[in-house]
Amino acid sequence: MTKRQHEIAITAPSLLWLALFFAIPALVVLAFTFHGHSPDGGVGEWSLSTWREIVDPDYPAIVWKTIRISFEVTVWCILLALPCGYAIAKMRSKWRAVVAGAIMLPFWTNFVVRVFAWKTILHPDGWVQHCYFSLLEARHWLSAHLPGLVARALDGAGIAPAEPPDPAFSTILDSEAAVVLVSVYTLLPFAIMPIYTAAEKFDFSLMEAARDLGAGNLRAFTSVFVPGIRQGIVSAVLMVFIPAVGSYVIPQMLGGTNCVLIGNKIFMRAIQNRNIPHAAALATLMAASVFVPIIAAAWWRRYQAKRGRRIVEVRAARLMAGGTK
Amino acid sequence: MADFLEFQGVTKRFGKTIAVNHASFGVKKGEFFSLLGPSGCGKTTLLRMLAGFERPDEGRICLDGKDITDLPPNKRSVNTVFQNYALFPHLSVFDNIAFGLKVAGRPKDEIESEVEKMLRLVQMEDRADHFPNQISGGQKQRVAIARALVNRPRVLLLDEPLAALDLKLRQRMLLELDLIHDEVGITFLYVTHDQGEAMSLSDRIAVMHAGVCEQIARPAEVYEAPKTSFVASFIGDTNFFDGVVSACPEPNYCRLSIGGFAEVLCYNDKQKAVGDRVNLSVRPEKFRISVDPPAGAAPRLNVLRAKVEDIIYSGNHTNYWVSVGERRVAIYQQHLAYLLDEKPIRWGDEVWLSWHADNGYMLDDSAPVDESLLPPKIPQNAAAAGEAK
Repeated sequence: MTKRQHEIAITAPSLLWLALFFAIPALVVLAFTFHGHSPDGGVGEWSLSTWREIVDPDYPAIVWKTIRISFEVTVWCILLALPCGYAIAKMRSKWRAVVAGAIMLPFWTNFVVRVFAWKTILHPDGWVQHCYFSLLEARHWLSAHLPGLVARALDGAGIAPAEPPDPAFSTILDSEAAVVLVSVYTLLPFAIMPIYTAAEKFDFSLMEAARDLGAGNLRAFTSVFVPGIRQGIVSAVLMVFIPAVGSYVIPQMLGGTNCVLIGNKIFMRAIQNRNIPHAAALATLMAASVFVPIIAAAWWRRYQAKRGRRIVEVRAARLMAGGTK
Repeated sequence: MADFLEFQGVTKRFGKTIAVNHASFGVKKGEFFSLLGPSGCGKTTLLRMLAGFERPDEGRICLDGKDITDLPPNKRSVNTVFQNYALFPHLSVFDNIAFGLKVAGRPKDEIESEVEKMLRLVQMEDRADHFPNQISGGQKQRVAIARALVNRPRVLLLDEPLAALDLKLRQRMLLELDLIHDEVGITFLYVTHDQGEAMSLSDRIAVMHAGVCEQIARPAEVYEAPKTSFVASFIGDTNFFDGVVSACPEPNYCRLSIGGFAEVLCYNDKQKAVGDRVNLSVRPEKFRISVDPPAGAAPRLNVLRAKVEDIIYSGNHTNYWVSVGERRVAIYQQHLAYLLDEKPIRWGDEVWLSWHADNGYMLDDSAPVDESLLPPKIPQNAAAAGEAK
């Protein structure tokens, strides 16, 4: 067997798996979008009617909101995972195993149960809600009792509202914030793990070198550690962003009517309206809205790398010519 | 007057081990100063304390009259060339060198001109756009030096900078380091376990052993007048003779009776009295070995009969091991005259061994030397050439 045949033989099972359970279903979903729906909930004749229906004025806003919230969740996860990964990689090896285990521990509990637990935690009668409401009241009290000048400055900065908070409109549950919070909670381990794996391979003597060259701790972290583990960060971003875009359980249970995302719409069309082609078209739209930016980003990076190389080539040429600036 | 860089009673412990034990010495401005010793002697710990990566348990470190003991590494005007270079893999050669200046927030065109100056100094102009994984070990070394020097540190710290290079490259970098030191005029603090590097580069050497600075002196002084038996055996090779002063025939000379050997005359600079124990060190190249008795009885010449046990011929010189009484003596003889004209010395021959009383050196201590810390003894030809092992 040649090396090439050997490689094919080794990857064949996973390729077959991907073809059967990913590529073919994805193509089937795409094919469904070019059908109408039948009244009994099945897939109808070939037609472009689904794509004509899909031009609903609500959808772009929902797609945008889904991407925006997924982006927020990703940013929070990465911001939290970076120091976590750094700290775990710096630990003694026996503690590393313990902490890594602790991060994976929540997976022993069913996902829906954990999300349901958050529903209890954030309940309007719960302590989180009480603390939050007290904060709002304190903010209002401050604006009412501080000397005029300070109060006006605070109002101007948007810190202190003039009206007292209304309990009916100040709940955490059924808000976008709750969806972001619980999504971050759920997806954080998926961000920590790749970052920690990359950090474990990172050569920490580079941090000393950076400190030696005058960088403070934060500067060494951002300009040496972060670029040093960028592969891990890229995996973390993908591991968080993609599930966040597809999530529907969390907005369903914690977002109420204030946070309907594309996942919920797909669920509604497929299960409640029994319009499979419509749901398939939404899923296709969503996939496209994720893939297009990723491909664009990859293209941009290649362009940047090329451009960077040209800049240093120019600089090197000038140096070789013995030019002084 | 206080020195430019001063260690005052600096002590560092790791658990129960004392890595550095009350190190006190000064380094002059512009000096090339080496910390030399076997691995684990505390030289790197001392360097790391100066760089700010370790905090001394006791003592102070002062640079140019200012106490820098408690400053973090980024607030000290010292820069380090790390043993593994520690170049940033995600930055080009140019950006690696520019790192310190960028952190300091210097204007862009100043950074460019400074970095270009450094690239020229280390002859890496044509590699400015390469990444660390695209250049060789010697080139990485130069980038590491440039990256440190560009910040104009008051002291440049070099932690075994040549250890990872092969022999040829190491010799070339030695020369270049020397040139760079002459050109920039910055104080260099050089850490190495290689006596050859330390001897050929340094203005002064501190020989360290088990956390203690055993001797701080010029290279020739360290070699010819070692203070302790450790220094004598770590730097080059030597023969030790522990004996007792049996007589003092002249004011500055005494006779030593050495058990299992002979009575020999030696220079008594330490003014030892009859009955004192003395450890005498005689370097192998100080001996003369000949088939005929040495011509013309020079005053204060020790002359002994010896039996040749081992000969290693190396062209320009020969190493002999001879036995005198119960002792084995190592001899290094350079062939200054045309060798084939002389009477050949063969294994088992009875020969004459001679050395002048002034060529032996009395050590302060008589402590036995831990052989495991010493460089390998055979073959011996590396010693005088100052080569690395």
